[in-house]
Amino acid sequence: MSKKSEKPRGEMISFMLNGAQVQADPKWSLLEAIQFYGISIPTLCHDEGLTPYGVCRLCVVEVGNGSRTKIVASCMHPVTEGLNVRTHSNRVIKTRKMILELLIARCPSSKKLQDMAAMLELKEVRFDPLNDDCILCGLCVRMCEEQMIAKAIGYAGRGTQRYITTPFDMTTDECRKCGACMYICPVIELRCQGPQAETTLCSGCINTEPVCAPIYGEAMCFMVPCLSCVKKPEDVK
Amino acid sequence: MKLSSVKELEDLRKKIQSRRDPDKPCIAVCGGPGCLAKQCLQVRDEFIKEISAKGLKNNVDIRTTGCHGYCERGPIALIFPQGIFYQRLSIDDVAEIVDNTIINNKIVPRLLYSDVEAKQVIEKENDIPFYKKQTRLILGNNSMIDPHSIEDYLAIGGYSALGKVLGSMKSFEVLEDIKKSGLRGRGGGGFHTGRKWESTRDAPGDIKYVICNADEGDPGAFMDRSILEGNPHSVLEGMIIGAYTIGSSEGYVYVRNEYPLALKNVTFAIKQARELGLLGNNILGSGFSFDVKVNRGGGAFVCGESTALMASLEGKPGEPRAKYIHTSEKGLWDKPSNLNNVETWANVPMIINKGSEWYSGIGTESSKGTKVFSLVGKINNTGLVEVPMGMTLREIIFDIGGGIPGGKAFKAVQTGGPSGGCIPEEHLDIPVDYERLTEVGSMMGSGGMIVMDEDTCMVDLAKYFTNFLEEESCGKCVPCREGLRRMGEILKDITQGKGSMEDLLLIEDLAGMLKDASLCGLGITAANPVMSTLKYFRDEYVAHITDHKCPAGVCRELITYGIDPDNCTGCGLCKKNCPPEAISGERKQTHVLDTEKCIKCGICYDVCKFDAVRKE
Repeated sequence: MSKKSEKPRGEMISFMLNGAQVQADPKWSLLEAIQFYGISIPTLCHDEGLTPYGVCRLCVVEVGNGSRTKIVASCMHPVTEGLNVRTHSNRVIKTRKMILELLIARCPSSKKLQDMAAMLELKEVRFDPLNDDCILCGLCVRMCEEQMIAKAIGYAGRGTQRYITTPFDMTTDECRKCGACMYICPVIELRCQGPQAETTLCSGCINTEPVCAPIYGEAMCFMVPCLSCVKKPEDVK
Repeated sequence: MKLSSVKELEDLRKKIQSRRDPDKPCIAVCGGPGCLAKQCLQVRDEFIKEISAKGLKNNVDIRTTGCHGYCERGPIALIFPQGIFYQRLSIDDVAEIVDNTIINNKIVPRLLYSDVEAKQVIEKENDIPFYKKQTRLILGNNSMIDPHSIEDYLAIGGYSALGKVLGSMKSFEVLEDIKKSGLRGRGGGGFHTGRKWESTRDAPGDIKYVICNADEGDPGAFMDRSILEGNPHSVLEGMIIGAYTIGSSEGYVYVRNEYPLALKNVTFAIKQARELGLLGNNILGSGFSFDVKVNRGGGAFVCGESTALMASLEGKPGEPRAKYIHTSEKGLWDKPSNLNNVETWANVPMIINKGSEWYSGIGTESSKGTKVFSLVGKINNTGLVEVPMGMTLREIIFDIGGGIPGGKAFKAVQTGGPSGGCIPEEHLDIPVDYERLTEVGSMMGSGGMIVMDEDTCMVDLAKYFTNFLEEESCGKCVPCREGLRRMGEILKDITQGKGSMEDLLLIEDLAGMLKDASLCGLGITAANPVMSTLKYFRDEYVAHITDHKCPAGVCRELITYGIDPDNCTGCGLCKKNCPPEAISGERKQTHVLDTEKCIKCGICYDVCKFDAVRKE
């Protein structure tokens, strides 16, 4: 049995975070505990409301003592008693920078990635740009499945051929065009798809009155204006 | 007929053994993958035809067995009871063997193994240098068994370990035995099997699973395939014992779908075991129930990774997940699951039967027992070898493997599959065990062993394996997907002479990140081929980058062909074979190669009998 389950309900466990003894709820992930103590570490594929996926690997931290340390993804790692965690060791910073360099090379135009690069002081990208739009963080897929209960999109292909799409790349009824995927996408720089998309500046048509309720009946609109509902029903193909 | 007690099992065994005449001639034709490719089934059919034509149908047994290991010499047939080893058979040899050996008890020397050095022919399997140094605990039974016959397996003592466990051992005693034996996972990780079983056994939960990983996908490796094809019952017996120890009632065998014969044989074996009551409810009247299902692999290399395999078993895409919570606590369908490799399971019955002390007496301090390696590449004796842990690489490659063909020099050996490292000559004397291979930058892996000679370009090799892993990466995590893509690009540049010395630093950065940050074992080990070649063959990388030369003459962009006028006899063979017609010259006059037209296919180099084509 793991140490975690031996603890009585509600009891906190203590571990070392950057040299300080801290307490955490055993149900937390390491990332949640780190964020609770106000330490900022970059993440791309993590969202509070979704199951952790652990693929962007930017939230890596170093755990362990002495020479027996290892790098783990904090969003997936449980908090365990006596764990020694360093969130900004040289090895961690080096790893994060390399990962970000790879991501920017894939998706050079993303503002989010550019900001992150400034924060991590990444100054040079040594690879040829790919000019892709998607970093495959999978937030949209989980959003669609877990919060929108739609499962309208998923992954296709393997390895470098992997991409996110609807089943068989076709339009389906599963997709209610709620726009949640676009809302959660961290690197979206998609041009606004509003009614005057061709002629107006992006966001120029913001409609603060949500129109999705009358269209989608009882469907709950979870989001601050997601901009997708500015589409009129007849625009929706 | 269902056996309802251990005694009934032993009675059945005695009955089978008493029916068998040890002096009855038996022809055991190897039906392993190597021999199958060399038409061994036609040879077997010819034996059947010849035997019935001579009216010996009831006096001679013909058995199609699993792999005998010596694939280089296939098709192989062993003639019992004498144990004569006939090799490189064709259907024309069959009548001669039947006439001489079976009927007149005379040997056919022409078909025996001939030792070039000692200038003699060798009659018995165990005297052949290839077999002499091996300890064939797992593979040895392959030649005694028809994989479709549970009687064959029972006759050589099969399922006696199961009888012993169910009849007289408590599950914790079995666990103690396995722990004491020092058996470690044969799939690559080398985790202690006993400890793995213990943590699954101790994990809370009623439903637990045992899984056999038979998704062997390494290029050039066929160890698990040969065990599962040749002796599937040994794997099943191991699994039943494991399930009894752990407290599981359901098991899965995840077989690579590209192994149709393994799939067929294991499915057949499960059916036979069920019929005898060795699988199912209340096995041998012990009250313990266990059954096994076969699952065909999803066709991805990464499905051999334990969490990806379990995802695939659940019907999801075969993608790994983080293993911070072990599969022994939350595995298949979030239930405690124990996954072991085919070879690991096949070791279990042996340990129970002969005892943990006997088993831990074989091998080194930290690695016990034997290990099957598939010896391939530039080596004289291609095939499967099983050696005790701790044998040196030199013994395996030169004494068992017979060295490098064509008098070429040894360059490196890659152990552990595509994500293993290349070990150069200077480290050939290290004993093979889990720790020592890791120390020199490689790994045990599942036991692939690819030997390379002086004609291999190490940069090109690193590129090949990086591309393989890039293609087989599931693409879930950034380090593996993007990192390997970039690693492949850099290596491609270097092999085309477009690399720079900064690229080597970048490779090192990428490799460090891959090892630290990847989600699963595929990414973590993916940099091994590059890093080990960079460590031991750095001068080759530098030659590609600074001199724009490929020392081994492999990288097409960096070599030029030319004809040496001193050696050229003007035979015209190169001219005739040149696809772009880049070679010109009159008959019996020195030929000339137009480098503008040359596509560097190397055909002229291969066909020239006078060593007149030069590669630079």
